[in-house]
Amino acid sequence: MSALLKVKIDGVEIEVAHGTTILQACEAVGAEIPRFCYHERLSVAGNCRMCLVAVAGIPKPVASCAVPVVADMEIDTKSADVQSMRKGVMEFLLINHPLDCPVCDQGGECDLQDQALGYGHEVSRFGDNKRAVEEKYMGPLVKTIMTRCIHCTRCVRFATEVAGVPEIGTIGRGEDMEITTYLEASLASELSGNVIDLCPVGALTAKPYAFMARPWELTKTETIDVMDAVGSNIRVDTRDGKVMRILPRNHDEINEEWLSDKSRFVFDGLHCQRLDTPYIRKNGKLQPTNWETVFTSMAVKIKAQQTKASKTGENNGANSKIAAIAGDLACAESMFALQGLMAQLASPHLDCRQDGAKLPSDMRSDYLFNTTIAGIEQADALLIIGANPRKEAAVLNARIRKRWLQGNFPIGLIGTDTDLTYPVTHLGNGLESLLDVIVGEHKFAKILQQARRPMLILGQTALTVPTVHSAALELARTMNMLQDDWNGFNILHNAAARVAGLDLNFLPAAGGRDVEGILQGCESGDIEIVFLLGADELAMQRLEKAFIIYIGSHGDAGAQAADIILPAAAYTEKSAIYVNTEGRVQMTQRALFPPGEAREDWKIFRALSAILGQPLPYDTLDGLRAAMFQQVPHFAQLDEISPAPHPTLSATSKAPTSKAPTAKAGQASHFKQAYDDFYLTTPIARASATMGACSRQSTQREIMQNQTEKGTGTDG
Amino acid sequence: MSVRRLHSEQPSEFAFTSENLAFAKQQIAKYPPNRQASAIIALLWQAQEQVGGWLPEPAIRYVADMLAMPYMRALEVATFYTMFNLSPVGKYFVQLCGTTPCWLRGAEALKSVCRKKIGAEKQMTEDGQFSWQEVECLGACVNAPMVQINNDFYEDLTAESFEAILIALQEGKEVKPGPQNARHASEPAHTPVTTTATPTTPTTANTSTPTNTNNGENRTI
Repeated sequence: MSALLKVKIDGVEIEVAHGTTILQACEAVGAEIPRFCYHERLSVAGNCRMCLVAVAGIPKPVASCAVPVVADMEIDTKSADVQSMRKGVMEFLLINHPLDCPVCDQGGECDLQDQALGYGHEVSRFGDNKRAVEEKYMGPLVKTIMTRCIHCTRCVRFATEVAGVPEIGTIGRGEDMEITTYLEASLASELSGNVIDLCPVGALTAKPYAFMARPWELTKTETIDVMDAVGSNIRVDTRDGKVMRILPRNHDEINEEWLSDKSRFVFDGLHCQRLDTPYIRKNGKLQPTNWETVFTSMAVKIKAQQTKASKTGENNGANSKIAAIAGDLACAESMFALQGLMAQLASPHLDCRQDGAKLPSDMRSDYLFNTTIAGIEQADALLIIGANPRKEAAVLNARIRKRWLQGNFPIGLIGTDTDLTYPVTHLGNGLESLLDVIVGEHKFAKILQQARRPMLILGQTALTVPTVHSAALELARTMNMLQDDWNGFNILHNAAARVAGLDLNFLPAAGGRDVEGILQGCESGDIEIVFLLGADELAMQRLEKAFIIYIGSHGDAGAQAADIILPAAAYTEKSAIYVNTEGRVQMTQRALFPPGEAREDWKIFRALSAILGQPLPYDTLDGLRAAMFQQVPHFAQLDEISPAPHPTLSATSKAPTSKAPTAKAGQASHFKQAYDDFYLTTPIARASATMGACSRQSTQREIMQNQTEKGTGTDG
Repeated sequence: MSVRRLHSEQPSEFAFTSENLAFAKQQIAKYPPNRQASAIIALLWQAQEQVGGWLPEPAIRYVADMLAMPYMRALEVATFYTMFNLSPVGKYFVQLCGTTPCWLRGAEALKSVCRKKIGAEKQMTEDGQFSWQEVECLGACVNAPMVQINNDFYEDLTAESFEAILIALQEGKEVKPGPQNARHASEPAHTPVTTTATPTTPTTANTSTPTNTNNGENRTI
């Protein structure tokens, strides 16, 4: 029904839509309603009773969060009656709540504390013993002090509804009600940290942040997360040059207000295993040194190589023996600078697709999540190809689940069949199943054909199979995914750097080698010098023969294999542009300075270019950005997705549509999981003790699960 | 009531017997497809009956699996309803009503008997024959005080008659459920004091409101 309802709130008339709750209507006129259990992104529970209001004609107070408005309601939120109701509710809530604010981590940002001040009694009239509740174990991230719990059940509803792991619940009843996980197991969710934000009191707090700081002591920096390609908006809280915690910021079109555990708890990795001074390999051992020494020896090495090459005529084009690989956390600025340096060295061998995904870059929509994250909610059928959104983009997966909860959303999966927190129809494991769907041989093909806004999500591991991209494009075309106002063709990236790299065309130039080519070149001796820009997820033993210059922030695989290490800034230590999987351009802000001698990556390349005799044409970050915006204009439009035309089927890459020719190729095309371990995907996460603990926990859980599945098989 | 926890010692596994499995399927069939979780209480109860009066953790998981529910949801039900016993009970499980009517009629004396004959509340006797627990109103106030032993009510108890029942059960003798005094059911314990005469049929003449007796036939409009 579209007609508006007229209601009066504290004497102010307002028209609201049908189905609006009293609480929402009150918010619309600016009347403040205290609440604990109500949360706009969760279902309504109505069990804290803090939001009571008086409604004319209704004898009892009304829980405003749970009651929809009716025409001509007269609502009162300010009278003495309402105030005394709130005082009463508050008094009951505080009866069993400990007075331990001085030792509580929620102190200073506690809903109960604030509302007790605003709506409670001045003194307690309760003289008896308070209830005490045993602590519950919830894993390495969530610390519990359950005596403080006021049973709002926000955490229960979050785990069940948003995270899709119904493992938190309430046991017992009445005064003995307790919140716990089943047999106190740790939460098997990638989003478990969000219950800490949701908890209105100090019952669930962050274990790594326990007793670290008070909220008012922290310097807050609003920035962007780079642990996956979602580009979640975060706030980095620092004190004394250390990151104390990371919290999500609301962004309705990306992460709503959720954040994955990896993004939230990776911060201790920012202070461990850091490269804080340049290193050079002498006699097989890496030794700390200074910038001057490394620059000189690099210049000597590169110049020697170039002189030798120019004698043999191998100093440019496909013959060049210098290569560059950009890793998963590289920012646009550093890739742009490295690209400029490679152009000066006349080398076409550069690639940003560390995992070897065969992504074309001629059309922007070929490699973007075109539907957009918020757009998932408009889709009515989904096919996931070779991706595990739960692990690769946990927050995006919550959006898929949100859409699934709304109903009428069939989801198909080609690839490894795992629990994605919503049911999927498993169609097969590899390319041949995809081709089956294209020719309409699958039941699911019919579902896609009948859908009005179908979409597909293509993962990075599937893209390592050469023909998958064109096959998926063919599917998008045949299943009507490319309409005038709808683009259902989506690539799910898992590296924060990737889209910016593709936008910059950080790819093999004419005659250049891709990642595999560079690795082969190193083995055969065709590549002698390799720049690794934070690239750690490569088979380092294949690079052994080459001279490796590693530019990065952490002492991970790349640094260990390097001959020269140039310490660089991490994502919290620089202002840098990242583009998320949707193609949304976002900029990080500096929350603290890089440790020791470490410098921003682009400055390193600028300095190196000067030493090699051809300085890059910019001296400041603004200068670099101006040059970069000339090459890629849409980088200048922050928080925007510049419209990309639909991907087109180029005649050359026509997908094989019949089964026959691919029967052979299909045998080896089982799409693998992008990674086994959600918690250890980036160098920063691998340096984090918290992530290590989470990883051990989840591995153990998997072992246990496999055992029980084999053991009993109870299915009634 | 106090906090109820799962028992510290649990059997390693649980499975329904074939009869109980048939019962479970029949219960599940009562509900529409995808609403099988509604059968949870019936199934948990049957599991408790099968185990011998208490609900072990593997049984909760077994039932949750059968109904395609998260384990946590099944545990919530099992811990919410006090009729599910989370730790083992004696062969004769005495539930003693301590709510006001029974308490007024002498439930405290019965409690002393329990303490004397059985021991502390919620503790099994060493031979596993008895355990007892105070519960809220069992709905037999008219025959207060009363206890429930397994599936039977024993009503109109005195400390002596209750002790006699416990001794008889211990010795394996048969005991009669129901009122333990001369009453048959809930009729007056002594001579009736009300409705002593045969009621007379009311007539239209002495009825003040004719609409009540004549079903409105003579009502004037």
